[in-house]
Amino acid sequence: MSETNSAVAIMNQVPGSDADVRGESPLHHVGLADITDQSNGDAGVVFSEAGLLGHLTLRCEPSSPLIAVAQTILGIALPLTPLTSVEQGDLVVRWIAPDEWLISLPNDQVFDLETRFRAEMNGHHSLVNGSGGMTVYKLRGRHVVDMLKKSTPVDLHDSEFPVGKVVSTVFAKSGAVIRRTGESEFELVVRRSFADYIWLWIQDASQEYGLAVAS
Amino acid sequence: MSQKNRLQSGGRINRDQPMSFVYNGKNLQGFEGDTLASALLANGIDVVGRSFKYSRPRGIMAAGAEEPNAIMQLGSTEATQVPNVRATQQELFDGLVSGAVNGWPSVDTDLMSYVGKVGGKIMPPGFYYKTFMFPQNMWETYEKFIRKAAGLGRTSYETDPDLYDKVNQHCDVLVVGAGPAGLAAALTAARSGARVILADEQSEFGGSLLSSKETLDGAPADAWVSSTVDELGANKDVVLLPRSTVNGYHDHNFLTIHERCTDHIADKAPTGKARQRLHRVRAKWVVLATGAHERPLVFGNNDVPGCMVANAVSTYINRYGVVPGNELVLMTTNDGGYQAAFDWHEAGRKVIAIVDTRQSPKGACVAKAMDLGINVITGSAVIDVAGAKRVTGVSVAPISADGDMVTGSVTKLGADTVASSGGWSPVIHLAGHCGSRPVWNEEILGFLAGPTVEKRLTAGAANGEYTTAGAIAQGIEAAKTAIDALGKSAVDVVVPATEAIAQYPAMTLFHVPHVKRTALAPKQFVDYQNDVTAAGIELSCREGFESIEHVKRYTAMGFGTDQGKLGNINGMAITAKALGKTIPETGTTMFRPNYTPVTFGAIVGRDRGELFDPERFTAMHSWHVANGAKFEDVGQWKRPWYFPKAGETMQQSLDRECLATRESVGILDASTLGKIDIQGKDAREFLGRVYTNAWAKLAVGRCRYGLMCGEDGMVFDDGVTACLGDNHFIMTTTTGGAARVYEWLELYHQTEWPELEVYFNTVTDHWATMTISGPNSRKLIAELTDYDVSAENFGYMDWREMTVAGVPARVFRISFTGEMSFEINVQANFGLHVWEKLFEAGEKYNLTPYGTETMHILRAEKGFIIAGQDTDGSVHPYDLGMGWAVSQQKPFSFIGKRGMAREDCVRENRKQLVGLKTTDPNVVLPEGAQGVFDPKAPIPMPMVGHVTSSYWSANLGHSIAMGLVKGGLDRMGEKVYYPLADGRVIEAEICSPVFLDPAGERQNV
Amino acid sequence: MFHIYCPHCCEHREEEEFHVKGQAHIARPVDPEALSDEEWGNYLYFRKNPRGLHHELWVHNAGCRKFFNVTRDTVTYEIKEVYKVGEQPSVVSPADKV
Repeated sequence: MSETNSAVAIMNQVPGSDADVRGESPLHHVGLADITDQSNGDAGVVFSEAGLLGHLTLRCEPSSPLIAVAQTILGIALPLTPLTSVEQGDLVVRWIAPDEWLISLPNDQVFDLETRFRAEMNGHHSLVNGSGGMTVYKLRGRHVVDMLKKSTPVDLHDSEFPVGKVVSTVFAKSGAVIRRTGESEFELVVRRSFADYIWLWIQDASQEYGLAVAS
Repeated sequence: MSQKNRLQSGGRINRDQPMSFVYNGKNLQGFEGDTLASALLANGIDVVGRSFKYSRPRGIMAAGAEEPNAIMQLGSTEATQVPNVRATQQELFDGLVSGAVNGWPSVDTDLMSYVGKVGGKIMPPGFYYKTFMFPQNMWETYEKFIRKAAGLGRTSYETDPDLYDKVNQHCDVLVVGAGPAGLAAALTAARSGARVILADEQSEFGGSLLSSKETLDGAPADAWVSSTVDELGANKDVVLLPRSTVNGYHDHNFLTIHERCTDHIADKAPTGKARQRLHRVRAKWVVLATGAHERPLVFGNNDVPGCMVANAVSTYINRYGVVPGNELVLMTTNDGGYQAAFDWHEAGRKVIAIVDTRQSPKGACVAKAMDLGINVITGSAVIDVAGAKRVTGVSVAPISADGDMVTGSVTKLGADTVASSGGWSPVIHLAGHCGSRPVWNEEILGFLAGPTVEKRLTAGAANGEYTTAGAIAQGIEAAKTAIDALGKSAVDVVVPATEAIAQYPAMTLFHVPHVKRTALAPKQFVDYQNDVTAAGIELSCREGFESIEHVKRYTAMGFGTDQGKLGNINGMAITAKALGKTIPETGTTMFRPNYTPVTFGAIVGRDRGELFDPERFTAMHSWHVANGAKFEDVGQWKRPWYFPKAGETMQQSLDRECLATRESVGILDASTLGKIDIQGKDAREFLGRVYTNAWAKLAVGRCRYGLMCGEDGMVFDDGVTACLGDNHFIMTTTTGGAARVYEWLELYHQTEWPELEVYFNTVTDHWATMTISGPNSRKLIAELTDYDVSAENFGYMDWREMTVAGVPARVFRISFTGEMSFEINVQANFGLHVWEKLFEAGEKYNLTPYGTETMHILRAEKGFIIAGQDTDGSVHPYDLGMGWAVSQQKPFSFIGKRGMAREDCVRENRKQLVGLKTTDPNVVLPEGAQGVFDPKAPIPMPMVGHVTSSYWSANLGHSIAMGLVKGGLDRMGEKVYYPLADGRVIEAEICSPVFLDPAGERQNV
Repeated sequence: MFHIYCPHCCEHREEEEFHVKGQAHIARPVDPEALSDEEWGNYLYFRKNPRGLHHELWVHNAGCRKFFNVTRDTVTYEIKEVYKVGEQPSVVSPADKV
């Protein structure tokens, strides 16, 4: 381990499976599982929460040789083009800013990744675990764009917002990282403390199309 | 059938679908396709309102958005009341309940009208300013009476039961108005592959073509309308918005559209449907095809019900099958006005005369009128109208060629309807919203949209082109211009063939002369809604108001719900004449959003109730709710304020929480504090530049408190930062300051010191933070961890990584209460688990949850400040007695250093933060109270600073307070007095703000 | 409501995603202690308020969180250009030209 790297503290933040600890996503209190049963097959918007994922923010200069190292570790090319994302299996990497990416992966793989980054990335960068502070909302359905148009000022037309595009933007009076994952499928990364507000908003904005909750 | 003015056939109404409605308590009938106005006219309702100032009876003047008089209160229930709806724009539905908004006690017998009748002389312009200003303290009394008498409708105090929607739209071309020009523009743009939005305020697309008898390509005009609308509707990139008024044109082509989704069906929208929707449109190009409004002429008693604009007469006949009277006199300055008389004649009712103000008009229209046997009186004008609640006759007199004076004797004619046409005014309101000034065009005798930096085009009547073929051609041309600019190739659209009719030149006339001079003539109304007369405008000019903007405000011309749509051009022309200027020299007033009134519901959208503002929750929020917490808003966070037990007052709860914490152990959810992860080899250097104290030697595993100042040297945030690794720190900020501090760090890094290798990431939401505090806190945490938490191994201001209740945690030995404390941070997903485990283990220690209020008391007992409460942007660290937190030795001139060295910052007698101990220990000073040194000094007493924090301390058995006092740090032991509004004067002694454990023996263990 | 091109995200976004931070190109003095109170006051408080072209610092706070500069006409509200921190404007008023 190099001197630089030991200067950064990392910690496996996920309890061992023997610890009998219950993890709770930001929408845990809503009891989505109970709502799922009431889902309406005709719904224009279908919602689900992909909670308890691992989320890491990578900061690095795009011109740095460390970009190549990060790509080797991740096994996937970092999206360097603004507003794009890459996805491979459980791993999603989203462009957030010229020197920032949001990486999502299963929470129990986070520490391994942090460990490898600390061992192999020699130079100026940061990798910060934000897993507890974010959750992912998945939205699909034939009215998903209509609902999102009530919520965010970005242009969601196919010609402007193709599959794979990702934007950090305003969502209602909060914010979200929005990514198009399919023709009529989107994913929102939202902050934990705003999760309840955004969930309430989505219910309200979906009212005229019908909202179903998927597991 | 009681619809005495309804024609047996014709119009776009559905006679098979009758609809019942209520107007002023009367049950009436109309048909599907009617507006409320057309149905009222069909039923022979003449008076629909009372005027604002004189309470004169008023009838329906127009057929569209420009209607100034028929302003209705709608709603069949209290909760669904809507004020100020123009009857001309409200579609009739079965069960509609309406009433006039003004008139007290009713429109037919209005008490205020006696004020009006006593004479206009007593109510000149500025009447209210002049009459009711003195004595000043009576204004509120006057105002109530005036508002009640003259008011424009009312809103309900009940909750609006409807949903309102807001949606963001983007398009290549937004076309405003779906008349011939707008339809052609939309069609051209859509065929060329553009994303198009077409919005029109009416229920149907077609604009003027809906009430026109013209043919396009040999077929009725509405056939072309339908085929165009069908084609547009089939295009997936075209959004068609009928019943949608484009109300605001804002910078960079941002426009707002008010869509009335269900107002044509019922008071209240069907369940789950939005009643109205506000579209927020960002358009690459905008084509304004907003048409034109016909100008009525200004003549004596031109407001008597039965006076209408000529075009409205045609619209009611052709579109709604309603003839609004029996005997018509038409006055016109132009050929276009004749159509109303032709339509009237064709409907089988009597045209008494066409009064043409032109000396010897010739051409097709005049010839046609003669052929029909209509009496055409040329070179003359209607100078006065007889009648009170309905026109009974007119006075016609010859006028000079320039229209300045009456030149002959007066003839009286019987009639019940007077239509007038003074030409057309292009509807250019939207074009002016971004500040572009309209430009006068002598050829069309009207203002056209002025130059703009916006990507905006105009077409059709809005551009002064009044022929259908010309309007269509301009619509196509405008779309092509936009398409070319968008880099697409425009597809050709062919202009349909129309019949062209040669026009005889129009006469420039706005204000019809009377035999008496204007001041003595019968009232000649310019602005109906605000009762502005030609005489009033002339008086304003005589009184010295020379700017049109001042004339507007003095007379109230152009105010109200119609915003001068009918009256403004006439008023400007009269002003110009009175000032001896031309119309372009006089200019126009500014048009501002909104074009027509918008409901508050549509503006609010879904930002109401629980969605009014985000409520931010911590990972333990559900526990707080389940355990009866009272919440306090801190920014958008919901933080527990205190946790009352059954029967407790707030003070009893606080006393219990404070004592339990100092005597055993309490717990606080501190998750809302801002947390910023800082990494990089220059992180330490950066901290040294943004904090006032030194960071060079802080060891890994240690924490330090820091003060953050602005460049002015004033404290703006504070918090503890811990050294996680040599190049790795975690900074905490105040709850409310988190976002500001984060942006502040980025600002300095990105703009001033980009060479420093450091990254900032906000991790506020990632960590659930719970602070256990009190003498038993170590025992409690020891039960949940295997880590050695003894003082020797884990001392004050240390942090350690350990497992707490099975969850990996970072625990910080920092204290905001002055007690031994452990701040436990775990990934928020596991926060509630750890919180609950603490309570399981803590029961034997009487673990007590406390909220922000107890936190405030406990910290105040220790003299710890809260940035933003004890500071207000005018307080530097030395004022706080916190010079110990400033390192003047640091090599870099940290932010705030130069600022706090300014002459004013180092002078004597600055306000400084001190403790305040009331002479009566039971009295709690009010926060914000202003102190004085001499309570007997004459008023205004010199004030020496205010109380910033003040509480009852159950631990100490007396009140405690902190406050700013001039020169306070050098006045220990002296008295300061707080005179209160209730007459009491509270005496306090200046003391150290540290009331408890000055040596820190309770926390440093 | 402005429509602002973010030079880092490389597309236009709505004004509500941005914060304006005032006049651009105000460098922090290298040696603040060498400045008189008056000079320091000028740095801290005195700003241009031009009628016409103005260079402003903005931050894309709901997006990439990068600061950048905007040249804006304060009369028409036209945005003439955006450019990154550290770069100089290409659209300048004649009065500002050296």
